[in-house]
Amino acid sequence: MFTYILRRIFIFIPVLIGITIINFFIINLAPGSPIDMYLDPNATAESIEAEEEALGLNDPLYVQYFRWLGLILQGDLGYSMSSFEPVSQLIGERIMPTVTLGITSIVVALIIAIPMGVISAVKQNSKFDYFVTGFSFLGISIPNFFLGLALIYIFAVNLNLLPTGGMTTLGGDAGLWVRTLHIILPTIVLATAIAGRKVRYVRASMLDVLNQDYLRTARAKGVHEFWVTNKHALRNALIPIITIVGLEIPLLFGGAIITEQIFQWPGIGQLTLQSILSRDYPTIMAINLIAAVVVLFCNLLTDILYSIADPRIKYN
Amino acid sequence: MSESNIQTIKSSSSTMFDDIKSQNQFRQIIGKFMKHKLAVAGLIFTLFLLVIAVLVPFITPYSPTEVTGNFAAPPNSENWLGTDQLGRDILSRLIYATRISVIVGFGTVAVYVTFGTIIGLLSAYYGGWVDMMMMRITDMFMAFPFMVVILVVVSIVGPSLPSIIFVLALFSWPSIARLVRGSVLSIKQSDYIKAAVSLGYSTPRILFKHILPNATGPIIVNGTFGLAAAILTESGLSFLGMGVQPPTPTWGNMLTEAQSISVLSSQPWLWVPAGLMILLTVLAVNFVGDGLRDAFDPKQ
Repeated sequence: MFTYILRRIFIFIPVLIGITIINFFIINLAPGSPIDMYLDPNATAESIEAEEEALGLNDPLYVQYFRWLGLILQGDLGYSMSSFEPVSQLIGERIMPTVTLGITSIVVALIIAIPMGVISAVKQNSKFDYFVTGFSFLGISIPNFFLGLALIYIFAVNLNLLPTGGMTTLGGDAGLWVRTLHIILPTIVLATAIAGRKVRYVRASMLDVLNQDYLRTARAKGVHEFWVTNKHALRNALIPIITIVGLEIPLLFGGAIITEQIFQWPGIGQLTLQSILSRDYPTIMAINLIAAVVVLFCNLLTDILYSIADPRIKYN
Repeated sequence: MSESNIQTIKSSSSTMFDDIKSQNQFRQIIGKFMKHKLAVAGLIFTLFLLVIAVLVPFITPYSPTEVTGNFAAPPNSENWLGTDQLGRDILSRLIYATRISVIVGFGTVAVYVTFGTIIGLLSAYYGGWVDMMMMRITDMFMAFPFMVVILVVVSIVGPSLPSIIFVLALFSWPSIARLVRGSVLSIKQSDYIKAAVSLGYSTPRILFKHILPNATGPIIVNGTFGLAAAILTESGLSFLGMGVQPPTPTWGNMLTEAQSISVLSSQPWLWVPAGLMILLTVLAVNFVGDGLRDAFDPKQ
């Protein structure tokens, strides 16, 4: 197993380098020179030329790439073109709201998806099973912005039970209760999609396990059906869930953009959209890179955890 | 008997046998699919949308960009679903937007399935360092969070119908490349492929005539789910203002205005129909995908 993990890390490095290259070249496809954003409109062609030379914009692309990579490795993500703050600071301010919302949504989704999936597998082809299938399809098919708007329309506008957006009430107190009220609707939006995707995996994985011989043995030696399902079967059925949670991370980033936009949630998703709309390339580049690296790390971690959790996997 | 004779007899008898066998398989698959009621309903709805998309100019009561009278009028006898802020007929815009979604959906799937299938085929067939390189490139494309990287690239190349299809396809092919690679790896081990290689058939012939037909099931299933995903993603892009640009109506950009609380709360006819259309379409296509998955699954 140790060599397996080493091999995974060995593959991870060239992919990481590839990601930095793709990221760099995507941004360099952008029309215009980054200098256009800073320049005085009265600047002469010579002074622009001199400035470009000084900033190294006339160097070949690969030289620029290595210079950029060098800065990234030192933790220097550059400065935002719209607010002129360091990008690392901007991201630092926005990371916690997104992480909080993401973790809450995954936890809520699993609390819904695991029991639903398990019950619908145990009671295969029952009414509940069909209901779960229906729920799952709705969850994966409903556009998150439509669900978000509908929830605001129902719970915030008409019933006046929950706030329409934000993390806390402006100028009001920021206690736990107020924060909880604010996180409910965005969590429902993200968790619906995650639960919709997970529930069928849990069901399929549970069905697989339920047909195995060792469960028949357990029943034969008189283990109560409750324990057969919830202890013997569930333990093995839940192993694939590790992978599935790992695979959620990239989708969560995407979902966060629209969800944070609708609910005015001050996280990375909102920052991403703002920087895209204002063509703030250093910020876009940094977010894109960090997101990809996080995803890659999660994939690596998932593979390693999986290999620890399921000793039946062969490493070759 | 000469060697070429043996080969002719072999190949003619095998094609005859193949034809009968594939006809049977085809009927079996159709039969299984028809048992899945929701999938059949989904297919009917999808075909209905296709017909609408083709017939757009003949069935819209108004032009989608024409100002028809009252601004933000609720549904009435002239404008069945009401009008938007600029006085354009919602029903006409909804119908026209169907065409956009159909073009984006099928366009994206056609591009990425073709590209991903070729990559997967080559990767698995050649193996070795070709496989290693291609799979690492696939990993790289998969590492970027889908929505984030799509927004970034669309903002750089500019939002238009062709560019959106291109960008969606650019980041959708890895899943199918991996899928095809997986099926080809297992098919490659089968005796009939070894036979084809020893008979000296050309590589393209083996790849496209012997291997690919046996991997079509998963490809069709993946493509169907991909169709739903492309329509959903495009609507998200349009909603954020980074999709097909107004005045061209899309279901997504018809919901953009609902970000203002006054539209959201007092003019639900502006955004509910478009939202429901996306939901129903994506749901229908996903049901078709589920039906196809069951139909192609030999275990069922």
